[in-house]
Amino acid sequence: MVAMASSGAARITLPSDTEILITREFAAPKHLVYKTWTTPELVKRWWAGQRGVVTSAEIDLRVGGQWRYVMVAHGSFEVAFHGTYREIVPNERLVTTEVYETAEAPDAEGVLNIVSFRESNARTTLTVLVQCSSKEERDMIMSSGMEGGMQEGMDLLEQVAISLAK
Amino acid sequence: MARAATTTDAFNAVAEPRRRQILEILARGERPVNDLVEVLRLAQPQVSKHLRVLREVGLVDVRDAGRQRLYRINGHPLKPIRDWVTSFEETWNERFDAIDAVLDELTDMEDGHGGHGK
Repeated sequence: MVAMASSGAARITLPSDTEILITREFAAPKHLVYKTWTTPELVKRWWAGQRGVVTSAEIDLRVGGQWRYVMVAHGSFEVAFHGTYREIVPNERLVTTEVYETAEAPDAEGVLNIVSFRESNARTTLTVLVQCSSKEERDMIMSSGMEGGMQEGMDLLEQVAISLAK
Repeated sequence: MARAATTTDAFNAVAEPRRRQILEILARGERPVNDLVEVLRLAQPQVSKHLRVLREVGLVDVRDAGRQRLYRINGHPLKPIRDWVTSFEETWNERFDAIDAVLDELTDMEDGHGGHGK
């Protein structure tokens, strides 16, 4: 049996003021990565990372269909996201909306996620392009729930990286 | 006194565009306040006010050099901001590592079903 080398870290870039691009390679063919991405029982095993436990994963995989994931984070608070599938090309591409369910903004439109699966030599490159409606929204997402507006230190951080490295 | 946070927290200190501009300028090297006034095209009292906030959170240090006071950046208070930026990345890395585990299993299952020829 060939040992599967760890596929390494995700690469996260900011292609524009309103976008986040996440790229990661997997040591598996794309139909399996797609399956892992779109099967509720499998989503339950990865979506929370190590941040908690997924208590619900509903997927209605058709254009116009809804998905909704709920996790209970450490410390017992619930985090829920839902969205609508806009485009589905099996094993290739998914376009969905993604809305963070929060009391402060119950009618939020959320972001658009464009997920693509590209296979080469039995390995799959997954990209998730997150399209936000504004830079503020993107910064809020990058900040993972912290208050908005603070994340704008990004450009700055690059410039002072030298100072931090000391 | 909720406002007090603005002056004691690096997050809030860099949330202000002018203060970020000041930090960007200082990131390239030490500057006297007059240079900042010139580059920013702001009145000196305003620049001084921003510098005071930045000094209070430790993002800017000052030293006397002859008749001038030179301001320079100190990146250490930005560490929490960087940590928090990486938390988005960490979330995704945790997810992807979990996906690796799922994929290992799925690959084994596929091999088990149809991999006799190998």
